[in-house]
Amino acid sequence: MTEEIRAQSYVGFDSITQQIEHKLLKRGFQFNVIVVGPTGLGKSTLINTIFASHLIDSKGRFVADEPVRQTTEIQAASHVIVENGVKLRLNIVDTPGYGDQINNEGCWDPIIKYIKDQHSAYLRKELTAMRDRYIQDTRIHCCLFFISPTGHSLRPIDVIVMKKLSEVVNVVPVVAKSDSLTPDEREKFKAKIRDELAYHNIRLYPFDTDEDEEEEVQLNESIRQIIPFAVVGSENGVIIDGKSVRGRKNRWGVVNVEDPNHCEFVHLRNFLTRTHLQDLIETTAQIHYEAFRSKQLLALKEGVQRPAGGATQQ
Amino acid sequence: MPGISGRRRTKVKGVQFTIMVVGASGTGRTTFVNTLCESDVLQHKVIDEPENAHQETAIRIKPANVELEEDGIRIALTVVDTPGFGDNIDNEAGFQEIMTHLERQYDDILAEQSRIKRNPRFRDNRVHALLYFIPPTGHSLREMDIELMRRLSPRVNVIPVIGKADSLTPTELKMFKKRIMEDIEHYDIPIYNFPYDEEEDDEESIADNMELRAMLPFAVVGSEEEVEVDGELVRARVYPWGLVEVDNPNHSDFVRLRAAILGSHLNDLKTLTEDVLYETYRTEKLSRSVETSPGGNRDSVIHPDQLATQSVRIKEEQLRREEEKLREVELRVQREINEKRQELMAKEAALRNLETRINSQSQSQSNTSF
Repeated sequence: MTEEIRAQSYVGFDSITQQIEHKLLKRGFQFNVIVVGPTGLGKSTLINTIFASHLIDSKGRFVADEPVRQTTEIQAASHVIVENGVKLRLNIVDTPGYGDQINNEGCWDPIIKYIKDQHSAYLRKELTAMRDRYIQDTRIHCCLFFISPTGHSLRPIDVIVMKKLSEVVNVVPVVAKSDSLTPDEREKFKAKIRDELAYHNIRLYPFDTDEDEEEEVQLNESIRQIIPFAVVGSENGVIIDGKSVRGRKNRWGVVNVEDPNHCEFVHLRNFLTRTHLQDLIETTAQIHYEAFRSKQLLALKEGVQRPAGGATQQ
Repeated sequence: MPGISGRRRTKVKGVQFTIMVVGASGTGRTTFVNTLCESDVLQHKVIDEPENAHQETAIRIKPANVELEEDGIRIALTVVDTPGFGDNIDNEAGFQEIMTHLERQYDDILAEQSRIKRNPRFRDNRVHALLYFIPPTGHSLREMDIELMRRLSPRVNVIPVIGKADSLTPTELKMFKKRIMEDIEHYDIPIYNFPYDEEEDDEESIADNMELRAMLPFAVVGSEEEVEVDGELVRARVYPWGLVEVDNPNHSDFVRLRAAILGSHLNDLKTLTEDVLYETYRTEKLSRSVETSPGGNRDSVIHPDQLATQSVRIKEEQLRREEEKLREVELRVQREINEKRQELMAKEAALRNLETRINSQSQSQSNTSF
């Protein structure tokens, strides 16, 4: 390890952090999210709730005339949100609900393909001789996986899809519409899901690395205790104690989305935007993209070597 | 006088009624049945080991019997649960099982009715109502829901039900119900919609039926727990933001649904099953067997007794085939054991040969080494 020197007088290079910040503020940040889950679990509503803006419309069918089976065209909706001078470029990829048919074999393939295609596109741009200064990043940084609030356990299709997704993207599981579970039911359900995820060795974000400090390790551990996040989404405001909050009003009470006693929305929102946003972007590049990249490049090398090997055999 | 004793027998034994509940696990099916029967008739899905969660289970069709009383009338209710349905990636097989169950009850009674000597204690297991549980998505029907309800309706009275309805606000629920009914009409799904005849029926029953029809699909909330509210024990679900009362018509359609299927419309459901659905099936089945009979002699009448013995014969055949298969397996295993034993003996003989040869060789070598 190289020795750390203390300069004899103040040099001033510590201002590089501000120089970087200045540059980054000008450029803005890119964050790409994909939402995956069965129909009608509030995927679109939750995204709109997290970013407190109407970004996407529900992909659900609301009219009898509309065809039941949607074409599995997966597309991203792009938006730019500005907060205190910080520009966030968002790509939201909303997938039509899977698992709605009698036979759901392979319904997850288009989703996995889409995620891999983004890695592929980035790699191609990276390998081009004359490449862009800043490569446009469409790689998915976070996958919100929606679990139906059955109260029992994961379904076979959930286990398969989560396993496949965790191999290519950061997966954050979420129990949707959790206002249909009593607090007791909710805790039991979450504990069961955690057991099953551990049993199937499904690698979920966040990952601990050697670089992490004690504080970060503890934070990650506390996140792992909450996963899956039991959330409720709402774009509508309700009045509670004279204040307007986002919530849902029923005949028996009002659900306050931002009340940690009602649901874990606040924890999820803070996790995604206030504590782990940068890390999600970084681990996508350093872990998932790197794995994809090395596999591709190795395959390329083998493809080049084999015809040469055939020639020498003659 | 036969009339009076017949009535007395019904009151003592109770009116026989069979309902079936269909829906993926987690839609509130089991809780609903236990709430309906006011006792733990069905067991909840229990997954102790995480390794069982991902396993695809076959559907298990389980009937359970319970005695109820509704409006002073005793009912011998049979509830047929379908755990495991809808949980797999491919649910076609599970669905076929349900259809087979429904049709087998019809087959049994068809055979029974055609017997010359009938069994006085024959149990009529035909399903009179099928409650189909729709998950509270808030959108419209899923492809699966449309397909299944459409395929089931010709064989049984299908009543659509929204399970776990307390996850929807009143506005969402109203729009959801409206869209579901629009879908049902658009896709021509013949559900049981409390039919009435404007000319024949009296005003009260017309109004009753119209009211029930407007409530479709029924939004239910079930609970097996009781909570104290204003000094009384009520069945409810306790949330941090409030209490959902199962029996409160403002919170759930449960009470109305129960009164309809176990009370006012019980007879109508039975009659429709026996006089319309069963008859339709019977006609289809008999005309099919006439057409496929060898020789195609349309004038020959099928001997009624043949039908009865046919199902018995089919069952016997199945048993015989299984016995044959088992015997084949036994023989095969025996043969393999014999072969292996022979191989072993041959190998032993070869070894012995080798041994004697080596011995004789070493002997002759020692002899010639001088």
